[in-house]
Amino acid sequence: MRVTTSTAQTTDVIKDASMIKQKQMMAAHYDRLTSARENGDKVVSTFVPGNLNELLMCFDLVNNLPEVNAIQNGLRRKSGAFVMEAERAGHSEDVCTYVKSDIGMMAKGNIGPNGKELPAPDVLMLSYTGCFTFLKWFELLREQYKCETIFLQTPYMADGKITPNMIQYMVKQFKEDVIPKLERISGVKFDIDRLREYLRKSAKAEDDLVYILQSGKHVRSPIDAYFGGIYYIGPIFGAFRGTDDAIEYYQFLKNEVDQRIAAGLGPVTPDGPMGEEKYRLVVEGPPNYTNFRQFWKMFYDEGATVVASSYTKVGGTYDYGFRHDPDRPLETLAEYCLGVYTNRSLPMRIDMLVDYINEYQADGLLINSIKSCNSFSAGQLLMMREVEKRTGKPAAFIETDLVDPRYFSAANVKNRLESYFQMIEQKRSGKGVAA
Amino acid sequence: MSSPTTTEIVARCQELYEDLHFTAARKWKEAEPGRKVIGYMPVYVPREIIHAAGMLPLGIVGGGDNLEVIHGDAYYQSYICRIPRSTIELGVTGRLDFVDGMLFPSICDVIRNLSGMWKMLFPEVYSKYFDVPQTYEDEIGGTFYTNEMAEFRKDLEEIGGRKITDEGLHKSIEVYNENRRIIRELYDQRAKTPWKVPAAEVYLVVRAGLVLPVEEHNELVLQYIEAAAKEDRPIRDNSRVVLTGLFCEQPPLNLIKSLELSGCYVVDDDLLLITRWLIGDVPTDGDPLHNLSQAFLHHSESTAAKYEPDLEEKGQFLVRAVKRTGAEGVIFASTSFCDPALLDRPMLQNVLKDAGIPFIAFKYAENSGQMQPIREQAGTFADSIKLWSAA
Repeated sequence: MRVTTSTAQTTDVIKDASMIKQKQMMAAHYDRLTSARENGDKVVSTFVPGNLNELLMCFDLVNNLPEVNAIQNGLRRKSGAFVMEAERAGHSEDVCTYVKSDIGMMAKGNIGPNGKELPAPDVLMLSYTGCFTFLKWFELLREQYKCETIFLQTPYMADGKITPNMIQYMVKQFKEDVIPKLERISGVKFDIDRLREYLRKSAKAEDDLVYILQSGKHVRSPIDAYFGGIYYIGPIFGAFRGTDDAIEYYQFLKNEVDQRIAAGLGPVTPDGPMGEEKYRLVVEGPPNYTNFRQFWKMFYDEGATVVASSYTKVGGTYDYGFRHDPDRPLETLAEYCLGVYTNRSLPMRIDMLVDYINEYQADGLLINSIKSCNSFSAGQLLMMREVEKRTGKPAAFIETDLVDPRYFSAANVKNRLESYFQMIEQKRSGKGVAA
Repeated sequence: MSSPTTTEIVARCQELYEDLHFTAARKWKEAEPGRKVIGYMPVYVPREIIHAAGMLPLGIVGGGDNLEVIHGDAYYQSYICRIPRSTIELGVTGRLDFVDGMLFPSICDVIRNLSGMWKMLFPEVYSKYFDVPQTYEDEIGGTFYTNEMAEFRKDLEEIGGRKITDEGLHKSIEVYNENRRIIRELYDQRAKTPWKVPAAEVYLVVRAGLVLPVEEHNELVLQYIEAAAKEDRPIRDNSRVVLTGLFCEQPPLNLIKSLELSGCYVVDDDLLLITRWLIGDVPTDGDPLHNLSQAFLHHSESTAAKYEPDLEEKGQFLVRAVKRTGAEGVIFASTSFCDPALLDRPMLQNVLKDAGIPFIAFKYAENSGQMQPIREQAGTFADSIKLWSAA
């Protein structure tokens, strides 16, 4: 089913039915969030990587994700003003624009995407996973909200393995700190069987998510695993992992993907079904959100499909076999946090990108380097050279930002992309890579 | 033989500071077969374990303003700080070819990712991301950290081919206790008589400890303390300031000198924080790793690279430093693109505002060349402090 809708942007956008469903889920969630006070719900703010949604649901807490708020503000072209508002208040121009968008939004009334004020959180669940900025971000929010902050440290997987010491450390934090505090703040006693049930549901949705992401292996990929992928990961990375809604969403999406595969169709873009698949790319790094549609158009206009991306693994590396395991509820939460993409060492990240290029029969690697995000960006130039060396496929590098429109230069990005596509053509025709 | 003068001591330290081939550490290694050198980056690693392994801990704090970065820039985008690129430059140009291992402490995402880059660029060198707890409960963060140190101890035993005993660790802890005591004495001396102990000299003397064996450094700092006390230097009408935000990438020496020239006496700072990270002595009996862990959890300095679990305590270390040293203001000097320092800065500034402590802020890079704007800013700050205090 396809529906034509009108958005804040100038032209009509053709949306796939699963997108409509997700939009409804998101709208319902934001309504629940903004009605939390009148409904007597307590609110927890937390992060996407290392998201403990199943655990938080055990305490009937409503999940607020500042990163997702920043993305929403980026897509709605509001983040630029918020970032500048935060800079006027003394925040450096050098630091993460998610943080500044969030701080600026608070300064301007903390209005959510549904036009209503977001409630102050009752607790900040600081899941410090794969990003140093998280730690400071919630210290900054704590200063504003004066609310309790629960800290969970995820050790970094520097040597490419999860050690028993890491698991023990995290499980101890859950048992002796995180869970008792959540019980006290929420007034709800922890029920491990309730957690198991949510984890069981998570695993089910995760199976379908992996099926959907791996459909990019089809030559004539039915999905775009970067731009489209942003939508596909939304429910499972956000407030819906462990819910029936998520299971239904991914079943729904899986059916659509199957239909597209059967019909030999490519991804659905904002301008309708994509034309010929000329280039198959693997993309490393987050997208730009302030010019998201314009950015995507630069790809689909040229027949470039992203068949796999690292960004769709920041909330979990399910395609590498991880599933939430209800039989080991706390250990599985620890393993989940440890395994997210940005908590993996640089050599591990390179291995993943090389695997993607080979397994998804990609033409090459494109890195979208984000000014805001050192966790992703530091080391990407070495990653690019290493992936090129190991796959023999050309790689390219563009620079944008998450939600700061000042760092999206459309002409520069387009020029680079056009050059890159020419490079791929040259490589295919055996003329070698242009210097 | 007469004691060396401050000029002689500082000249030697300056030579060590400018030596980007680390000749002193190379000579130490060559003096006996089988000796090993373990490099470490800011902000903190337990050097006692390296020392107990019979190895030389070598502090690597970037390339400074004398290193031309040619290769290093090819590894980093323009919006990433300079210390990783100059450190890579040191590595790929062979300046660290005698180093047997490199430690990358948990300080920020850039240094974290550099640990993986080092593994790829120098696969023959032991390379470790040194994770530390950001939770401070004994049974949680403490146990994790003790186990991490035990793993590191085992790694060094394999590299060195010899056992690291508890007794050896106790001795190493003692010698580093002494080092910390002496350096704190030096800092106290500067706070009391800053005109006799210029910040640039203190910096050079402390920094020498990054490349010298700790026993030699202890002797050197004691000599400087003694020599500086004898100095008859004029007292200037400077303002006393605490300098903060410089815990990782180091400023050019000229920046520190410029602050003093512009009318500021630096009476405390967070430069080379590893030398004062642990506060007070670490016990030299019982389980040495447990003792080091306890010291880290409960008796270590605050900095932006650490999580502060208590909102009320956030930034109080600066207020205390101001009170302890009799400072009249705080200068935030942060490295460009430094996430920890720059994200922390607004919170610390709010704490200072509440405490009525004046401050200014600027950014630098290790190769900043133009000091005039900083001198003007710091000079105006020093003047305004004098005006306020006279009002």
